[in-house]
Amino acid sequence: MTAADASPPERGAAVPPLAPAPAPTPGPAAVATAGTGVGVDVDAVPLRHPGRWAAGVVILVLAAMGVHSLVTNPNFQWGTVGDYLFAEPVLRGMWATVYLTVIAMAIGIVGGIGLAILRMSPNPVVAGAAWLYIWFFRGTPLLVQILFWSFIGALYPRLSLGIPFGPSFVSGDANHIVPLFAAAVLGLGLNEAAYMAEIVRAGINGVDAGQTEAASALGMPRALTLRRIVLPQAMRTIIPPTGNETISMLKTTSLVSVISYNELLNATRLIYARNFQTVPLLIVAALWYLALTSVLTAGQHQLERRFARGILPRVGERR
Amino acid sequence: MSADLAAGAVPMVRAERVRKSFGQHVALREVSLTVAPGEVTCLIGPSGSGKTTFLRCINHLERISGGRLEVDGELVGYREHRGRIRELRPRDIARKRREIGMVFQRFNLFPHLTALENIIEAPVRVRAERRSAATQRGRALLARVGLADRADAYPAELSGGQQQRVAIARALAMRPKLMLFDEPTSALDPELVGEVLEIMRQLAAEGMTMLVVTHELGFAREAADTVVFMDAGTVVEVGPPATLLTAPAHERTRAFLSKVL
Ligand SMILES: Nc1ncnc2c1ncn2[C@@H]1O[C@H](COP(=O)(O)OP(=O)(O)OP(=O)(O)O)[C@@H](O)[C@H]1O
Ligand SMILES: [Mg+2]
Repeated sequence: MTAADASPPERGAAVPPLAPAPAPTPGPAAVATAGTGVGVDVDAVPLRHPGRWAAGVVILVLAAMGVHSLVTNPNFQWGTVGDYLFAEPVLRGMWATVYLTVIAMAIGIVGGIGLAILRMSPNPVVAGAAWLYIWFFRGTPLLVQILFWSFIGALYPRLSLGIPFGPSFVSGDANHIVPLFAAAVLGLGLNEAAYMAEIVRAGINGVDAGQTEAASALGMPRALTLRRIVLPQAMRTIIPPTGNETISMLKTTSLVSVISYNELLNATRLIYARNFQTVPLLIVAALWYLALTSVLTAGQHQLERRFARGILPRVGERR
Repeated sequence: MSADLAAGAVPMVRAERVRKSFGQHVALREVSLTVAPGEVTCLIGPSGSGKTTFLRCINHLERISGGRLEVDGELVGYREHRGRIRELRPRDIARKRREIGMVFQRFNLFPHLTALENIIEAPVRVRAERRSAATQRGRALLARVGLADRADAYPAELSGGQQQRVAIARALAMRPKLMLFDEPTSALDPELVGEVLEIMRQLAAEGMTMLVVTHELGFAREAADTVVFMDAGTVVEVGPPATLLTAPAHERTRAFLSKVL
């Protein structure tokens, strides 16, 4: 993506110790140094917190009850869960979910950046079109959009590529051009683009106008300024919500099971439709969703560190 | 140095009754000013008098509302074709801006790039200089502003004075023929002002054409060839520092100087 080609700085080079200069920008560094000031030995009776103890006990008891029921209620059928957790069709569905998430988010991010840029265009027609897109895709339920894409064949039986209102060069049956996978990916991705556009726009607007001016004064054209100066800085504010969107997308992919696209939820549904082990198979799906979102959460944390470059103090330099 | 002008050299900056308004508000009314090549001109004046606006017009960060503005003999932001004035394409405006360096009050360094990367970004990306050559020159420029050892530091790791020196090096990396400074020391702690002014003095001594908005009258007295006093969007008085700063002809100049000194 755009920010990925930002040339990596030569790291590891020995950096001389910072001069005791006044911090020019009050950043998170100030927060990092503010710690708790405990450490004085005072011979005093510590304040008791009976409320905390009571709350802790209540929660522990509730948790114990929950675990007890999970273990002893035979309806959970943990044996069946174990049997199906790594079953071939479940794994295939799991990978389909991952694949769908990646592609839908790729469409969402690229489309979102594009829409955000169009939305800020000086041309009112272009900006208006982007606004209309966002208005439509955020204003209708995703489930409806997914169903629409799967029935596009009914809406436009033939799709063709050619001159608008003129002759067409290629044309074909819509149901062949828009197969199930495309319907799923378009439904999820185009909707996501509308949400990402707002996230990207907020990120771009958050970059100090002085940055664009400095780049302009150096003779950098608009597009280059956006790509090299503004977007990399906007990334810092774009990435956390994008991480949340990705995690949300991973779970939202389950919606495409309504058009029978064979992702994780649909894979488990197909199994329990045959063997009626509904609860254990839903648990199998839930466990996989949990595992995948946990991986994404860890990845999100790494990315946030990467794009804090130059804004947060570098690792090892905190004092 | 005004002798160059008398000898018929093309002025570096020539403003002729330049006007600029923001909606109803008139920021510049009929500003006329000439800066000869190699000359250092200091712009002084009260807050809101239009100094920043005038500088920004010179590299077309602001579009003038009227009058005529030329840099090195060419119109800023426009071209003349068969007696008609046409607006330039953004690409051509960007190309013209490369010849004019600008230093901002708030430095405006790129915070995600190191000092060296800040300097070589534009030469590599818009002047298509080879990275190795640009890096070598970038390091030389850093050495020149006394920051040879801070090439890999990010702006947030530098003091204000150091950041402003990097910003000057960044502007110089484009090999400008004119440098604009907008209150380059106003955002600095008093003890850091000297190091930035010192770099600017060196630049002036090397013959760079400079237009400097400043409140540092000491700098104006020593380094400027011409001092311009602006008030309420007009040029009130122009003259050599010795005259303008000690025996101003106009009452408004006198009033301003008595407040500043
Ligand atoms: N983008 C803008 N929109 C509207 N008004 C503006 C804009 N920029 C400047 N002005 C107005 O134009 C006038 C001149 O402003 P300018 O910034 O050029 O003054 P200055 O001499 O640089 O002042 P200072 O010493 O405070 O920096 C001011 O009244 C200001 O409010
Ligand atoms: Mg100003």
